Amino acid sequence: MKPMAERDFANPLPINTADRGGRQQPMLLVQSLKKHFPVKSGLLQRQKGAVRAVDNISFSVLKGETLGIVGESGCGKSTLARLLMHLITADACTLVFDGDPVSEIRGITLRDLRKNMQMVFQDSYSSLNPRLPIRNTIAYGPVVHGMAKSDAERLANDLLNRVGLRSEIYGARYPHELSGGQKQRVNIARALALTPRVLILDEAVSALDKSVEAQVLNLLNELKRDFNLTYLFISHDLNVVQYISDRVLVMYLGQVVEIGPVEEIYGNPRHPYTRALLQSRLSMNPAERVTEPPIGGDPPNPINPPSGCRFRTRCIFAEGVCEASQPTLDAVTGDRHPAACHMTDPMSGHTKAAA
Amino acid sequence: MWYYAARRILMSIPIALGVSVICYTLVLLSPGDPIQALLPPDATPEEVAFLKRAYGFDKPIPVQYFYWLMRAISGDLGISLQTNRPVFTEVMGALSNTIVISVGAVLLAFSLAFALGTIAAYNAGRPADKIATGIAVVGVSIPNYWLGIVLVIIFAVNLGLLPASGMGTKGSTNFDIFDWEQARYAILPILTMSFVPLGIIMRTTRSAIAEILNQDFVQMLRAKGLGPLAVLRHATRNALPQVLTVMGLQLGYLVGGSILVETIFAWPGTGFLMSKAILTRDVPMLQGAILLLAVTFVTINLLVDLLQTAVDPRIKRA
Amino acid sequence: MSVASLSDLSAAPPTEKLPPVRGYWASVGNRLRYDYLTIFFLSVIAIIVVLAILAPLIAPFDPTKSHMAYRLKPPGFRNFMLGTDELGRDMLSRLLWGGRTSLLMGIFPVLLATLVGGSLGVAAGFMGGRTNTFIMRTMDVVFAFPSVLLAVAISGTLGGGAKNGMLALTLVFIPSICRVAESATTQVRGLDFVEAARASGGSTLSIVRTHILGNVLGPVFIFASSLISVSILLGSGLSFLGLGVEPPTPDWGLMLSTLRAGIYTQPLLCALPGAAIFITSLSFNLVSDGLRQAMDVKA
Repeated sequence: MKPMAERDFANPLPINTADRGGRQQPMLLVQSLKKHFPVKSGLLQRQKGAVRAVDNISFSVLKGETLGIVGESGCGKSTLARLLMHLITADACTLVFDGDPVSEIRGITLRDLRKNMQMVFQDSYSSLNPRLPIRNTIAYGPVVHGMAKSDAERLANDLLNRVGLRSEIYGARYPHELSGGQKQRVNIARALALTPRVLILDEAVSALDKSVEAQVLNLLNELKRDFNLTYLFISHDLNVVQYISDRVLVMYLGQVVEIGPVEEIYGNPRHPYTRALLQSRLSMNPAERVTEPPIGGDPPNPINPPSGCRFRTRCIFAEGVCEASQPTLDAVTGDRHPAACHMTDPMSGHTKAAA
Repeated sequence: MWYYAARRILMSIPIALGVSVICYTLVLLSPGDPIQALLPPDATPEEVAFLKRAYGFDKPIPVQYFYWLMRAISGDLGISLQTNRPVFTEVMGALSNTIVISVGAVLLAFSLAFALGTIAAYNAGRPADKIATGIAVVGVSIPNYWLGIVLVIIFAVNLGLLPASGMGTKGSTNFDIFDWEQARYAILPILTMSFVPLGIIMRTTRSAIAEILNQDFVQMLRAKGLGPLAVLRHATRNALPQVLTVMGLQLGYLVGGSILVETIFAWPGTGFLMSKAILTRDVPMLQGAILLLAVTFVTINLLVDLLQTAVDPRIKRA
Repeated sequence: MSVASLSDLSAAPPTEKLPPVRGYWASVGNRLRYDYLTIFFLSVIAIIVVLAILAPLIAPFDPTKSHMAYRLKPPGFRNFMLGTDELGRDMLSRLLWGGRTSLLMGIFPVLLATLVGGSLGVAAGFMGGRTNTFIMRTMDVVFAFPSVLLAVAISGTLGGGAKNGMLALTLVFIPSICRVAESATTQVRGLDFVEAARASGGSTLSIVRTHILGNVLGPVFIFASSLISVSILLGSGLSFLGLGVEPPTPDWGLMLSTLRAGIYTQPLLCALPGAAIFITSLSFNLVSDGLRQAMDVKA
């Protein structure tokens, strides 16, 4: 199931020795991250409400792990990625990068954060400048950060070779001369150009053919090992997430509903939404044929999310308590596999709550 | 839809205000002192000061603008220096003449352009398409002030078929387009004016119909065995709203930009009026004509927009 | 899920021959090479421009010198290859010299408007928000004038002359160019590669220079090229109305206007300057169309 080495700490690598906080310090601590997009309408464009794209999310990313983030489309996965990169400003957030708070007086600056954390975009068509040879696209970041142009181009060539594109053939090419998989390799090379420690992969392989997807996934695994990277792997593809992740975070309507080690999430899901999501995967075994959809309907409107538990409108176990109060993720503290469901909290009053 | 209409109407108010600011500023920037123009050259300083106060020229400019705007809204655009008649009546009288030839030109252009555009789209890439596209390019490239002269040379000078200029004996007061004796005078101006909209409407038609012909539902019609005419009937009906919109906008451009054609044919419309006002430096007349024409243009655009929303159910604007 | 078996595919990229690397502008040039219509009209423009530039050298007569004895003579009369105008001036010389002013009136306002309108549009598009609203609403107001009316209004109130004429034309073109630049910028700004550039720490100026301009220049350039024809028509139209170039300076529009007097005696003479305007504007229009097609490369 997992050809890559299980978090190979024994193998010391020359890259990124800037480990400040020590091994136990999480790479990334995200606390109460929130982003509401205002919805305006009417003659005077008054604010009528807000899309709660990301609503009070907290989690941490450990050093060297791959944290998979799954959820239906529109649940706020991509907004989360862009918020972490500070491409859009959060309404509220505390971000601690390897022990250093970001954008505070004593912490690290946004510029430093971006050097340490990079992102690979989903759409390989629009994520590369069509008027720029790919070598220049990769070299852009280092040049902006003060590297000499010739050095940056040499680095770009090295990275192109590293991601499997021979620089002397491909370096001068334009994006439209590359295939989708090749473009995604360039995307990865660009993200690596600033020698980051964290890579956010936002649906990085979703648009690729299955065979190309597998190649890129293998490349990602190699790079992670060689450059000592930490991944945030965002995808709606449950199989891919299972393959690549160490831990998995499940999102629903802008909130985290469950987080835990990959074997736990896939083997013993605790939240009914996770369960439904996993059941929606098609099985190769004809005996396990699915005849009814595990979840009905569309996700509710994020402008006016349901009260209490946001999943209750589609949940078969919904009870009065689910409408009355919102389940929290850390109801049971110290759990390595918490789920935001009243059924997991013995004190909640849900009839099915595990005693 | 009503909601959108209300919003669209409200939105054109600041635009109209902006237009009035531009008209006002232009006159402010124009060389020459308006007071000097009104007084004999030997006027005493007291007389100048008196007149300045009487006209409100001693007030700050924004206040002057406000007074001017209030008067303009009530229909008072001043008195023409040339004819000593109110600018408003002069321009409104001329506007109807301009609208006669503009509407004529745009209708002529539309009927020709829609046919040509349909033929071109149906025969995309073939000689018929190239000829029609060529006509369109010529239409937008030809200087219509020259075209007018050429038409006069051919039809008035050489053939003697049509009058070269003017509006006929009855003049503009009771012009009747359905009376051949008078309509003759409008033919050359209309023909001259129709070339630019012909080119533009034809291009729009061609691209609109070509796009529709490429759509799945047209393939479906063909698969069902419909002949070319029946297929085209579907395509033209779908393209019509878009083409009519462009036609409406072109009408606005013709009404606003009639000056060149009217000057050539001495057609007593707003353009001719402006042309005379420029030659005689009749600033109130020029300003009034510009303001009224710009407001007409804004109104036509507004109407076109509203009609389009009413006609085309696919456009649902928030 | 056995992915390992596929990993050998990822190792070596294909080494077969790939098409040559070609930048965007190079591929546009390559497409144009086979567009004979565009090339033909491009050479027509080149000839007109060269004739206009060389006018002082090749014009047989002084374009402002009257030969009062030979007024309104037909082409071929004595040494006057294209005849004489209503003041007995040599038509050919005046046409050659007139090309200078007409071309200048056609090209200069478009260049200036591209510079001003383009920068405004990129600024509006990139900054968005209030800046965008302010700039674009202002442009809407100017847009509320039909172009002919605005040009006439500006040069009519400010007074004629080539300078005011060009200023008027520039002001007429700024809003439309601004709109094109704004919409192109807004479109590009939302693309991921701009986000990626920001994520790499690029400053606003550096992002605009490296990532926005290259993608906005194309559409703006195409649009501006289509305006040259309009500018020539409008500029000559202003002169025709007595608002542009002042006599005795030769200009095609002005010549057309003064020659109207001879429309009954020498209609051909009157047609000549108009034909010059027509051919020039037609050529610019067709070349612009050719460019549009050549540049519509899905890159």
